[in-house]
Amino acid sequence: MSELTREQAQALIEEVLEVYPEKAKKDRAKHLMVNDKTIEQSKKCITSNRKSVPGVMTQRGCAYAGSKGVVWGPIKDIIDISHGPVGCGAYSRGGRRNYYAGTSGVDSFCDINFTSDFQEKDIVFGGDKKLAKLIDELEGLFPLSKGISVQSECPVGLIGDDIEAVAKKKQAEIGKVIVPVRCEGFRGVSQSLGHHIANDAVRDWIISNRDDKAFESTPYDVAILGDYNIGGDAWASRILLEEMGLRVVAQWSGDGTLAEMENTPKVKLNLLHCYRSMNYIARHMEEKYAIPWLEYNFFGPTKIAESLRDIASHFDDKIKEGAERVIAKYTPAMNAIIAKYKPRLQGKKVMLYVGGLRPRHTIGAYEDLGMEVIGAGYEFAHNDDYDRTMKEMKDATLIYDDVTGYEFEEFVRQLKPDLIGSGIKEKYAFHKMGVPFRQLHSWDYSGPYHGFDGFAVFARDMDMTVNNPCWGMLKAPWLKEEESTGELKAA
Amino acid sequence: MANIMVRKSADGGLSFYLPKRDIEDSITSIEFDTPEKWGGEIRLGNGGVYFIDPIPAPARLPISVRARRVDGVE
Repeated sequence: MSELTREQAQALIEEVLEVYPEKAKKDRAKHLMVNDKTIEQSKKCITSNRKSVPGVMTQRGCAYAGSKGVVWGPIKDIIDISHGPVGCGAYSRGGRRNYYAGTSGVDSFCDINFTSDFQEKDIVFGGDKKLAKLIDELEGLFPLSKGISVQSECPVGLIGDDIEAVAKKKQAEIGKVIVPVRCEGFRGVSQSLGHHIANDAVRDWIISNRDDKAFESTPYDVAILGDYNIGGDAWASRILLEEMGLRVVAQWSGDGTLAEMENTPKVKLNLLHCYRSMNYIARHMEEKYAIPWLEYNFFGPTKIAESLRDIASHFDDKIKEGAERVIAKYTPAMNAIIAKYKPRLQGKKVMLYVGGLRPRHTIGAYEDLGMEVIGAGYEFAHNDDYDRTMKEMKDATLIYDDVTGYEFEEFVRQLKPDLIGSGIKEKYAFHKMGVPFRQLHSWDYSGPYHGFDGFAVFARDMDMTVNNPCWGMLKAPWLKEEESTGELKAA
Repeated sequence: MANIMVRKSADGGLSFYLPKRDIEDSITSIEFDTPEKWGGEIRLGNGGVYFIDPIPAPARLPISVRARRVDGVE
């Protein structure tokens, strides 16, 4: 489909909104916009971080998901207790593919579900005793864990358990860091508040633990915050930083350890990949320890080169030369990849709908491949994310906040993109519609996508998806004729 | 009253951050900006107006202070 004009795009939004009742329509209209590069501040034209309209199909998660799943879960030597009924932990276990190096159940605990499994009596009489007992059991079974975090599920907040008291008492007893996190799912409108709560817990219980301990530092110490090592992302990023002469002290929530986090206040620069989920702690460290922070983007060679130079500008000439050396070293390989895939992907249109960062971060990578992003939106972004997005997107493209299942399908039906990048909840609907789809939360069981090495995988995956002949053979079950033949069964 | 953080932005100006509501904006004007007296009424790029009780100028930014919203949308 050819490019839309501003009027056409606006008409499309209005047409899609037509089915809603008056009140819902008014509310949803504030969350959809046509991009206008001249606008500096997104709040004038898009509303974000607001409660979803009841009755629509939202893709959002909860505060517990943001805290346990995103920030705390990937720290490998901390045991995260899902404190409450068994389901929250069981259904959020291991779906995110944040890799770690270690032995599961011995010194790493990312992919194990620990839960206090609340029963009726725990709701009636409180779960504090059970939590204390659970911590003792954990200590006996997994002595090599470095710390424990208590991730509250909804009932804990509702019945008013005092998990802080238990944590303090047990911390004194067993001598390990025990962090109570008040991330009950009912808090806030999406997982975004969970990130904030988790960051605050890190600030209160971890970050200052080693303030008075000696640390052998170098002038080139950095920490990677907010890279979740999905399919090995953080490793692909780390080697670039090390190659240019920096020393990566901590990887935080992506193959990170408690000791790394405690040492982070000693670094010279905090590197922030996922701004949405980790900016809180970076701001805190900037105020308390005077560590500057920097947002960077390791998707696609153009943005990587830009980011490497940006990072190097905070250091001396040795690092600046290092950055140029790294860029020069990988440029021929990147050019070869672009030469291979660009002809196959040139001009293809992409629509994105991911969490709080990737809709803007991956735009550069798609553009390197000659693809064009015609729509982008976030599940749980705030206005500052949209400020940043509007600069990246072309004029008259669609921007949608907390898009509903219906709206998204309708946009896709009308705009006919060649590729959709979104999450697992949208995946199968679009598969059935026969639209090429990549899961951009966990890279569809592939990865890494960060760094120069990651771009090679990214380009291959996009080509593999867009140019796959299977899509034309699919017909949605609801479009199938009565007398459909057996060969369509696979759809 | 709300806790806000004032930091130096990349372009050299001041920026305003309200963690509780996740509002980030540029500070267009600040009433007092001398070594002895710093704060007072601050005006934001989005039209908001906040009041910080004047204090001696902070040794370094960012700094977290209590502020009162005087005017403008949140």
